[in-house]
Amino acid sequence: MRGIFTVFRKEFVENLRDRRILLSALVFGPVLGPLMLAAVLQISVSRGEATFEKPMTLPVIGAEHAPNLIATLEAQDIKVEPRTFNEQQIREAIATREITLALRIPPDFAERWARSEPAAVEIFADSSDQFGGDASADRVSRAIRAYSRQVSQMRLVLRGVDPVSTMPVVIHDIDVSTPASRASFALGLLSYLAIFAMLFGGMYLAIDATAGERERGSLEALLTAPMPRPHLIYGKIAATTAYMLISMALTLTACAVALNYVRLEEFGMSLSMGPLATLKLFAVSAPLAVLGAGLLTVVASFTRSFREAQSYLTFAISLPTLPLVFIGVLRVEPSPLIMSTPSLSQHFLMMKILRGEALATPDLLYSAGASLLIGGILCWFAGRLYEREAILG
Amino acid sequence: MITVNALSKRFGKVEAVRAVSLSAPDGRITGLLGPNGAGKSTTLRMLATLLRPDSGEAIVDGQSTTTSPIEVRRRIGVLSHASGLYPQLTARENILYFAELHGIDRQQARSRVSELAALLEIEEFLDRKTKGFSQGQRLKTALARALVHGPRNLILDEPTNGLDVMAVRNLRALLTRLREQGHCILFSSHVMQEVALLCDEVVVIAQGRVVAAGTIEALRSQAGEPTLEDAFVKLIGTAEGLN
Repeated sequence: MRGIFTVFRKEFVENLRDRRILLSALVFGPVLGPLMLAAVLQISVSRGEATFEKPMTLPVIGAEHAPNLIATLEAQDIKVEPRTFNEQQIREAIATREITLALRIPPDFAERWARSEPAAVEIFADSSDQFGGDASADRVSRAIRAYSRQVSQMRLVLRGVDPVSTMPVVIHDIDVSTPASRASFALGLLSYLAIFAMLFGGMYLAIDATAGERERGSLEALLTAPMPRPHLIYGKIAATTAYMLISMALTLTACAVALNYVRLEEFGMSLSMGPLATLKLFAVSAPLAVLGAGLLTVVASFTRSFREAQSYLTFAISLPTLPLVFIGVLRVEPSPLIMSTPSLSQHFLMMKILRGEALATPDLLYSAGASLLIGGILCWFAGRLYEREAILG
Repeated sequence: MITVNALSKRFGKVEAVRAVSLSAPDGRITGLLGPNGAGKSTTLRMLATLLRPDSGEAIVDGQSTTTSPIEVRRRIGVLSHASGLYPQLTARENILYFAELHGIDRQQARSRVSELAALLEIEEFLDRKTKGFSQGQRLKTALARALVHGPRNLILDEPTNGLDVMAVRNLRALLTRLREQGHCILFSSHVMQEVALLCDEVVVIAQGRVVAAGTIEALRSQAGEPTLEDAFVKLIGTAEGLN
């Protein structure tokens, strides 16, 4: 036990003096984390605004045939741009991206209108265009439909019919999302950042303590210390775990502080990230640090040099963190299996805490138990690796 | 006191060490001389419990390297081929770390470091980070690290590699002093003059086998050659790898 502590303390102190390690553990997550979070929030908020209120221009062929319709469109911030294309030219202009859509009003529009016959208009747009053509076409057709409904109701009133009788069923959309659930994307990002910062914070120490030790030539001397070899590596894993925990604690604290300055409520979102919630976030994700430290140490032990270790570990870090990027999109529901999957289970627990929901005891036990169990197995395996002669390289 | 009985080690198809036997008594400096690739390092690594022999065993002060490696490690100081130090720690911290790994309490470790610093003349850079140390400074620090638990036996693998003339002289003086204190010193080298200058006993090793052993005088008469160099070349069977 004493030997493990000796190794732990030496690794902890030594790495505290290494600028690269310090940077990755104490600066990367705590500084870049909140910045990234704020940036993503900002982008998602401004994109939300963009789809609606932004003024758009609409090329119109035959605008002179329907002045009232044009006026209605203009009133809704759709700026009309008169053109004189024929159909062939419209198709070419859209294909060459000169315009994204066009509205064509045929010459007989006014005549049919006057006879109360359906007057047709045509909207040309490319439905495969992901850069706004389709969405703009939607907006134009919505505006025209609303105008058409309005006119039809006026016509009914003129003929002495109550327009309400033409609406046997009315749909009311009721949005039951709470401000907290609307912040769900930001929540997902936060848990991803925290877990990534944690693993990254221990990465360089894991490399230095294994591949680095061998590359420097100090491994041979260390292995002649009169203690069981696995104890040496347990001490190193403990130091890596400690750095990971510190890195995550700082990242969570920094995010909590930063979120105080972003007024999420104004965007209809809310996050509970007070001191108690931050503490809970730390507690539920801490078991993952043991697994992370074990994993990185095992992977780094197989490599021959610092450089090689670095490339393998960058990959090893993305293994538990990448799924978190997609999990929000995939709509995965927490099940006992998911709650015993390291990194996913921590992600769901963190989401629940951030949403201000209660945590279920079985979930907590599954999550911590599975991570600690797998972490323990990895530590044991790392110990075995150091009993092999091949570890000398 | 180190005794080696028919130690063998193979790496895949390569027989690195074949039934090597030797004995290094206390108060003597024993040199393991042989060309590059003769099996010197492998033999010393087995003695240091870093490698497990395929057959045979080594006994250090009555403890077997195969059955009680931890007891052996308490009794040996090892200076490995690359005397790797921790660059972010000072020389003192490097030495103290190993004292702690050996279970020496802080108070005792501190006085032991001062003692060794005086013996090895390293006080001047004792509290500097070892990053940027010269070869000589590194070697002395590594030597202090190997001696911190006061082992009776000292195993040095090519200790003079990369040292300048002054540093070699210093090392020689130091080893002589340790011998006077009754230590058992076993070191490997491929530099004949070094061995001739320093050793009481020489074990000549080539292609994984011991080809001769004894005092320098004895070796010379055994080979029937007037000079050391000729004697070694004759014993080894080739001049390759010697200098």
